[in-house]
Amino acid sequence: MPPRASLDATLTALSDPTRRAILARLASGEATVSELAEPFAISQPAISRHIRVLADAGLIAQRVDGTRRPCRLAKGALDELDDYLAMLRTALEANYDRLDRVLARRAKGKAKPR
Amino acid sequence: MSKLTLETEGDRFVVVRRRFAASPEEVYRAHLDPEILREWLLGPDGWTMPVCVVDPRPGGEIRYEWSNGEGGGFHLTGEFVELDPPHRIVHVERMHLPDPTPDNHVVTTFTADGDGTLMTMRMTLPDAQTREAMLSTGMEHGMEASYARLERTPGWGDATPGSP
Repeated sequence: MPPRASLDATLTALSDPTRRAILARLASGEATVSELAEPFAISQPAISRHIRVLADAGLIAQRVDGTRRPCRLAKGALDELDDYLAMLRTALEANYDRLDRVLARRAKGKAKPR
Repeated sequence: MSKLTLETEGDRFVVVRRRFAASPEEVYRAHLDPEILREWLLGPDGWTMPVCVVDPRPGGEIRYEWSNGEGGGFHLTGEFVELDPPHRIVHVERMHLPDPTPDNHVVTTFTADGDGTLMTMRMTLPDAQTREAMLSTGMEHGMEASYARLERTPGWGDATPGSP
């Protein structure tokens, strides 16, 4: 599990709509900084700052290709969210399976009154 | 057996759906009656709920205290916002780990579905820090055997090459 600082960085990174849009774009494949800047009415330096926040949070990775610095989603970046949802699912399944048995028992008690 | 579905809705909400073979009245009641709640709202096997306070009216108190029987435990407090029997429960809750987590706003609906009930629960997706606190508390309390990584939720994290 990543340390807390990394999770804070992830939270901060995901809190901004532009950065979420950048992640959504990168989900469909690698893109350069200028390609990422295209849909937004903000400057390329501003986009570069967003990219740095995302990179510092470990959500995206950049490689060097001549003068280009293409970005891509970092593998496993959202594992912590995945882990949380898996824990939630397992807890709820255990609870609701128990509730099934409770409801069945109560229905039986009603059907056969003493 | 009825299968639970769990989906994220944007980055703010989690929506859980589950069908039960009982009327909306019965399933609604099972969410508000302390005697019934203490039988099922427990998490992993071996945990119990020694304290279950439920005051089902707008502004009414919710307090659940869980124990693992070995000195471990935590509690949850909340308040009801709106009740529409047997269709809908709106409430706010927070875990105390021991610091309170940000408020989780929960809307639970019960809809007749044939001879059963479809329950839909829409809740707030906790922020990353809260998720981490919940995960690490689960591990401190020895839940990892029951909770950890049993099932991966599709749509997040790295996909397995060749999987649909």
